Amino acid sequence: MLEIKDLHVKVEDKDILKGINLTVHPGELHAIMGRNGSGKSTLANVIAGQESYEITSGDILYNGTSIISESPEERALAGIFMSFQYPVIIPGVNNTYFLKAALNAIRKHQGKTELDAVEFLKLIRKKLAVVEMDEKYLHRAVNDGFSGGEKKKNEILQMLTLEPALAILDETDSGLDIDALKIVAAGVNNYRRDDRAIVIITHYQRILKYLEADYVHVLINGKIAKSGGENLAEQLEEKGYSWLDN
Amino acid sequence: MKTQNKTIEKVTSQDYQYGFVTDIEQDTIPPGLNEDVIRLISNKKNEPDWLTNWRLKAYNNWLKMNEPDWAKVDYPKIDYQSISYYSAPKDKSDGPKSLDEVDPELVKTYEKLGIPLEEQKMLAGVAVDAVFDSVSVATTFKEDLGKAGVIFSSFSEAVQDYPDLVKKYLGSVVPYTDNYFAALNSAVFSDGSFVYIPKGVRCPMELSTYFRINAMNTGQFERTLIIADEGSHVSYLEGCTAPMRDENQLHAAVVELVAHKDAEIKYSTVQNWYPGNPETGKGGVYNFVTKRGICEGSNSKISWTQVETGSAITWKYPSCILKGDDSVGEFYSVAVANNFQQADTGTKMIHSGKNTRSTIISKGISAGKGQNTYRGQVKIMKNAENARNYSQCDSILIGDQCSAHTFPYIDVRNPSAQMEHEASTSTIGEDQLFYCNQRGISTEDAVSLIVNGFCKEVFRELPMEFAVEAQKLMEVTLEGSVG
Repeated sequence: MLEIKDLHVKVEDKDILKGINLTVHPGELHAIMGRNGSGKSTLANVIAGQESYEITSGDILYNGTSIISESPEERALAGIFMSFQYPVIIPGVNNTYFLKAALNAIRKHQGKTELDAVEFLKLIRKKLAVVEMDEKYLHRAVNDGFSGGEKKKNEILQMLTLEPALAILDETDSGLDIDALKIVAAGVNNYRRDDRAIVIITHYQRILKYLEADYVHVLINGKIAKSGGENLAEQLEEKGYSWLDN
Repeated sequence: MKTQNKTIEKVTSQDYQYGFVTDIEQDTIPPGLNEDVIRLISNKKNEPDWLTNWRLKAYNNWLKMNEPDWAKVDYPKIDYQSISYYSAPKDKSDGPKSLDEVDPELVKTYEKLGIPLEEQKMLAGVAVDAVFDSVSVATTFKEDLGKAGVIFSSFSEAVQDYPDLVKKYLGSVVPYTDNYFAALNSAVFSDGSFVYIPKGVRCPMELSTYFRINAMNTGQFERTLIIADEGSHVSYLEGCTAPMRDENQLHAAVVELVAHKDAEIKYSTVQNWYPGNPETGKGGVYNFVTKRGICEGSNSKISWTQVETGSAITWKYPSCILKGDDSVGEFYSVAVANNFQQADTGTKMIHSGKNTRSTIISKGISAGKGQNTYRGQVKIMKNAENARNYSQCDSILIGDQCSAHTFPYIDVRNPSAQMEHEASTSTIGEDQLFYCNQRGISTEDAVSLIVNGFCKEVFRELPMEFAVEAQKLMEVTLEGSVG
């Protein structure tokens, strides 16, 4: 589904990613771990198409086609979703309105009929229940006045509603208390299906207790230093990242 | 990032969609201004002597005044002698009695603007007093209004039919000595609307006037007077678009509102005059308007709502004099300055009655090379016990070549006053656009989503049909302003 080939990325003349290779198949959950500044978030943003990053060499294939010249919108419509590390506030824009606009843009792209307000409300109520969010969130402006945990749950709500094929979760677990963490993990498990793939970017092993990762990769200084199964995360927790230095 | 800047360019470089000139013969006075011209205008309208003299006094006063230069707008000097001060569609003498008699060219023009009178007649009870250049050519729903006792007519007709009312109220809120442009208007005003709502009457429909500038070198000097007698209620809508042309057009309107005891006037404007060439700023309407209302009686209310998307220059401060005790003044504004547009707009709230309250919500949107200024004054007079004001002035910037300025003046002379002022400036962030894009929402839709969210508090004050129009207008105005 996702194939990253020898990807090199620069931000403001600084090399951040220095040759990333990663292949993700449908049904898989990959965890990418690493210290601050190792390039984890850059990788997520580059896959989503953030334009302040410059790809100097390498390629990103999605379902066999290169997407590096596609706009963020085209990638989103094709089924790539990113849960933001810092979800953005849009004052005055009602959460329901925003999410309905997004869903209908995607449905339209897929040649499906757009949902009207009643159908959408029916759908969104089910999704709200999964992440244990109150209906009152629907009437608030997008992420405006949301706590850190509420913002992250809102991202998961969006993922569950938009039903992308590939979800990139950028530090969705950071800043969450244990209850919120469990809810977010439940949301991710609810989303997970054989035809969908997940790449989760995280500092800590703790969310992986609630998810079944097929692969764990450790990113050090812009490269994948080591890949393994779930036990790699446990080893990291024990020994720290310095274990893999040099 | 590059792509987004391109979108900004694309949106801000949107052409004016309503640029066209209707080919109708005009009966126009040659350019120039002197006492004879004023007498001629007055004579053409068959006005009583008192009004001719009032115009002349205004003219002589205007001659002694200087054009104001304190606003943050920049434009070449206006040559007032090169302007023609009167023009009327030629077939006026026959006087169309129904829409069928209206020049088909004119009807077509309205249709291009999406305001077909035919349809409006059938639609949700909106009476239209359409001002085409200077003379009203079609008035509808007059009968229904007549049954309720409401007077809604062109200003010229009111002068003939209700001279006492006109004489009593004309210049009572905006005297001809008020300012340079109001004095000019008082001297040469051509036509406009007159509304009188009798005691205790709730006007059975929204009243609306569509203005349109359509004659080469013809200044537009509209005069509107609305009087709401005790316990009455009226909602008045004003909307304008203008054809594209290459010469600047001066517009200096005066609107006066009088609300008596327990009366309420709601005045809504959507203004979309030609803003000038998007690449050079050339052309475009100069809009110097004086709008003021007085809450004369206790417990009265005046509410101004404006959506200003057009004009090369906007100089406009719809104001309220809160004279009656417990009276309420409101000002809700969205002003857009795109490309080379300059907007200097705001309000004045003068509290002189006890327990008077005012609310100011101003939303400024700057894009392209636009300059947007909020200028407002809140004045609490000595005797205005327990006056309250809440002001909120927000600005949003699209792109990096535009600017926003806020000048709130506050003058409090009574210690019991409660004042609140909030202000913010934000940009449409790349991060907001990326967030929307990442959810599958196109950049254009995202801009419109964000801007409409920003303007929400103002749009919800508009009557339903106007709110929809305003949102659409905002989309068209900002189309392509972000990449």
